[in-house]
Amino acid sequence: MNSASQAAISALILGPLILAVLAFVYPRQWRWLCLTTFPLLSSAVLMLAWQVFSSGPFRISMGGWTKPLGIELRVDGLAVFLLIITTGIGLGVMLYAMRYFERDSKPGNVDQIQRQAYFWPLCFFLLASLNALFLSADIFNLYVTLELTGFSAVALIALAGKGPALTAALRYLFVSLSGSLCYLLGVALTYGMYATVDTSLLSSEVEPNFVMWTALILMTGGLVAKAALFPIHFWLPSAHANAPSPVSALLSALVVKGSFYILLRLWFEAFDALVTPAAAYLLGWLGVAAIFWGSYKALIQPRLKLLVAYSTVAQLGYLFLVFPLALTESSGFVAWSGCLLFLGAHACAKTAMFLTAGNILHAAGHDRIRDLDGITHVLPVSVFSFALSGISLVGLPPSSGFVAKWLLLNASLTQGKWAWAAVIILGSLLAAAYIMRVLTHAFTRVAEPELTNPIPPVMEWTGFTLALLAIALGFFSQWSVELLRFGAPFTGAAFSVSVSP
Amino acid sequence: MTEIALILYLLAGGLLFVIGFYGVWAPQELLRRILGLNIMGSGVFLVFIAIAAQTRDPIPDPVPHAMVLTGIVVSVCGTGLALALVARIYSMTRDESEERQQ
Repeated sequence: MNSASQAAISALILGPLILAVLAFVYPRQWRWLCLTTFPLLSSAVLMLAWQVFSSGPFRISMGGWTKPLGIELRVDGLAVFLLIITTGIGLGVMLYAMRYFERDSKPGNVDQIQRQAYFWPLCFFLLASLNALFLSADIFNLYVTLELTGFSAVALIALAGKGPALTAALRYLFVSLSGSLCYLLGVALTYGMYATVDTSLLSSEVEPNFVMWTALILMTGGLVAKAALFPIHFWLPSAHANAPSPVSALLSALVVKGSFYILLRLWFEAFDALVTPAAAYLLGWLGVAAIFWGSYKALIQPRLKLLVAYSTVAQLGYLFLVFPLALTESSGFVAWSGCLLFLGAHACAKTAMFLTAGNILHAAGHDRIRDLDGITHVLPVSVFSFALSGISLVGLPPSSGFVAKWLLLNASLTQGKWAWAAVIILGSLLAAAYIMRVLTHAFTRVAEPELTNPIPPVMEWTGFTLALLAIALGFFSQWSVELLRFGAPFTGAAFSVSVSP
Repeated sequence: MTEIALILYLLAGGLLFVIGFYGVWAPQELLRRILGLNIMGSGVFLVFIAIAAQTRDPIPDPVPHAMVLTGIVVSVCGTGLALALVARIYSMTRDESEERQQ
């Protein structure tokens, strides 16, 4: 812990917060504010990553107040991994959004100008709250950051301005608020029992009893609703599909992961002592149900953005396989790193998918999959990026999705749990089916494909870069796993059966 | 605070929470659902206040009080955001029904 890392942490949380206020006060200066964000966030994240690699995980007490009274921030492998993903995705989406909102902001179009004026402050707020969430080390601070994330997300969905988007935003707000109140009640019960909210203090003190069980069930229930695990996923597809495309990307790639991150911290750190195999299996099976139900719904959707949103429901199911698979100490780290690599792979691939889906929507004026015949002739780059991100979602080598699924398969096979392995493979086949459904239409030859609006090249190439990143991360998975090892709740090797790609 | 009083407060908080939850998710008009959220919040805050008074000292534990204050701020923001959305949805649906009448 030194002044450099303190500066980096301030840059990650306070930086976007100040930029958000500035963007709200000076909406015309958004271009300069965006340009400040790029070097600020990326250098801060790299600084923290370097700190963790060179001197291991560390904690910082805010204002010099130590626990149990003060607020501590924690920097470890998992936190830095998620910060890297947030920054990468956030900056990519911002680059896209620069052109997206400018597209038809002609002097007469008041709606579009207003939308742009509100998007930037909200986007900066979202980044600030996500960064704060990933750095928080106590369950109450996690509640506050979770709420900030939820509010910015709701407001961002409502930016679309149309009736369905507003209804979806309101429904998301209801789920989000009642979910976080459940979580807060859990925090209250925990504080009542142990008079602390710090995760590391809790992990050494918590013992199984009725009150703590109630607390963990309440917190898990609230977070599961916010992470859209089957069967509480009903709010996700409409919210993610009706939002403006850059917002859909941020929501699917990052916001749902925030709640999942807290679940990981609770189940594997703070309330480690309470977790029983039965509860872990329950979450795992709900994940399985999500994989099948989400993929099935994706297969029958008439609209492209809804298909991508249902695919998020399915892919989130994979993340929950970590709970049953990481029960055993021996191959726990394999499942742990597999799950988190999957999270990263999905974040990149899904961002690319929503961005390209947005391009198709705006070029064609609609996103009915049936009428997308021949779109590849007009938007070759976008359709190619969609296919590339599809490869990572399905998990074909050498994509990052492949490495992640390989690790998850590895964990289930070494533990002799064949059922989970079968689910992982079947889920991939289903993903291939719904991706192919889009691609067959896109590649169908037609005499003259319709194109109403031209797409700025930046919007096509940001999608492409992120899709390429989803593939390329597969080559850097060894580094990611090394990073995740710092402060992980498991020891052991990830690539022990060693078919390291 | 006596043991019985503590349990009564906790139960009352839990009961408010459940009533609020029912108010949010039983199919109803939007304003009532927003009120339901506030009642849920009040239930949680009551639990916090009861926990703060749990000490043997005459002075209650200030930390849960601080948490309740934060929670109230969050709850006010949430209510404001929800009301703004409801007002917008209401004005849009009213425009549509007026168009239909003309």
